[in-house]
Amino acid sequence: MNANLLALWYLAASVLFILALKGLSSPVLARRGNLFGMIGMAIAVLVTLAITKNVTFILVAAAIGGTIGALVARRVQMTQMPELVAAMHSLVGMAAVLIAIAVVNNPLAFGILDPMPRGNRLELFIGSFVGAITFSGSVIAFGKLAGLGKKFRLFSSAPVAFGGQHALNLVLAIVMIAFGAAFFLAEGRAWMPFAAMLAIAFALGVLIIIPIGGADMPVVISMLNSYSGWAAAGIGFSLNNTMLIIAGSLVGSSGAILSYIMCKAMNRSFISVIMGGFGAAEGAVAADAGNKTVRSGSADDAAFLLANAESVVIVPGYGLAVARAQHAVKELANKLIEKGVNVRYAIHPVAGRMPGHMNVLLAEAEVPYDQVFEMEDINSEFGTTDVVLVLGANDVVNPLAHTPGSAIHGMPIIEAHKARTVLVNKRSMAAGYAGLDNPLFYMEKTMMVFGDAKKVVEDMVKALE
Amino acid sequence: MTGTIDPTVINLVVFVLAVFVGYHVIWNVTPALHTPLMSVTNAISSVIIVGAILAAGPSDTDFGSVLGVVAVGLAAVNVLGGFLVTQRMLEMFKKKARKVETEAEKEKA
Repeated sequence: MNANLLALWYLAASVLFILALKGLSSPVLARRGNLFGMIGMAIAVLVTLAITKNVTFILVAAAIGGTIGALVARRVQMTQMPELVAAMHSLVGMAAVLIAIAVVNNPLAFGILDPMPRGNRLELFIGSFVGAITFSGSVIAFGKLAGLGKKFRLFSSAPVAFGGQHALNLVLAIVMIAFGAAFFLAEGRAWMPFAAMLAIAFALGVLIIIPIGGADMPVVISMLNSYSGWAAAGIGFSLNNTMLIIAGSLVGSSGAILSYIMCKAMNRSFISVIMGGFGAAEGAVAADAGNKTVRSGSADDAAFLLANAESVVIVPGYGLAVARAQHAVKELANKLIEKGVNVRYAIHPVAGRMPGHMNVLLAEAEVPYDQVFEMEDINSEFGTTDVVLVLGANDVVNPLAHTPGSAIHGMPIIEAHKARTVLVNKRSMAAGYAGLDNPLFYMEKTMMVFGDAKKVVEDMVKALE
Repeated sequence: MTGTIDPTVINLVVFVLAVFVGYHVIWNVTPALHTPLMSVTNAISSVIIVGAILAAGPSDTDFGSVLGVVAVGLAAVNVLGGFLVTQRMLEMFKKKARKVETEAEKEKA
């Protein structure tokens, strides 16, 4: 195959990748889009196999990896999606690093001059250090999300912070760039600066992610998504492969946009998330809850209120996912719909541990997606809603967000407090992630239903029968 | 101004335009599908498997081609895993009505 034909096939694959992403603008078109993505990938792989040797080894490796991937994709629980995505980011990062080492080892095999020109060295440096940071950072993120913190402190979901952390990171970054410069200016293979640069990049990936607290994970995972794209684009530059550059840039900008959306939904700046340490003082601020009264009721009382409402909005939070209560919630909603109640769901952008996580959990429980509304689409309707049922959510419904001077002032919230009656299910009165008390729980129209979300919702379903 | 354009400049042109395309396409993704978006972008970024195949198959087999084969294996996990898990999630977003239909069809058959 000549180079021009190859480039045209790669162009076709790139267009198919764009169509795959475009399909995600609606649930109806998304499956077709995913099919386009698969076709694009098949084209990319097949035409590349046609111009290479060692095809047997490649096919064996691809078969092993592909089988593992397929098995994991089939078996993974939807609550475990964040871990899976983090693990997959780390693989892209590692693949980028391995390819970069192979290029340094034998540039001629990639159609690059030997010794390598300066331009290729710079591109390779960028691709490999971003890849290395993506790999080690994603491994830490995976550990935090998978709850390995009990076994290894490095994976603790609480921020791991120590004095001089930021200064250390800065110094390491400068040293890494210095080695990169040495690699750039060197004449021969220059293994030493290249290896040193990679080692520091691996360490930096760990150091950047450990101080970031568990609840900032939606940002971290989006950020690593973005890095894995930039790493692929960087390798595309070194190999002069436009398809890799296009695919990498699409992924890189996707991750960047998701990070921005997540930061905005938490009213935090990207810098403050990266600097980490948020959530360290958890529970320290929630002291003055003592003398305010809370009205609490049983699941039966709550079921009575729900059954007599005309409109109900359910606000699911991460507590619901932890309790695996999404199927019970769906059953409750069905019972209410049978009784003629208008039931809808309100989703905050950070309800869950990664962007869109709650939507997937509800979809898994077969909640029709036209009952599920994003925060900005449903907020105006709480004034005419009879009952809001808050399940395992706290900060995202905290009216303090409207009070100037409070720690979460300015954060967009689901305006549950505007409804006529508010039912809140929580395990206890403990403060949420932001360590803030929530005035919603003390309002006269609020009734607290304490207990595990799954058990409480199942009791409500029984009471409705 | 004369001479041929450096490939790096062409790459840079492609890169900048692709970032713009990405920016506009991604803002149109409905928030409900942000998790499938992440898993499908994972699959797409594993097109790096192309680089891994090139690394694995130079004419003279050496240490670099071993790394290439390993990289093919790693990227292949993502290629299949990414697209299949996305498919699985998107199946869940099918409308309930359609699901009932297919179940009825199954009963007929």
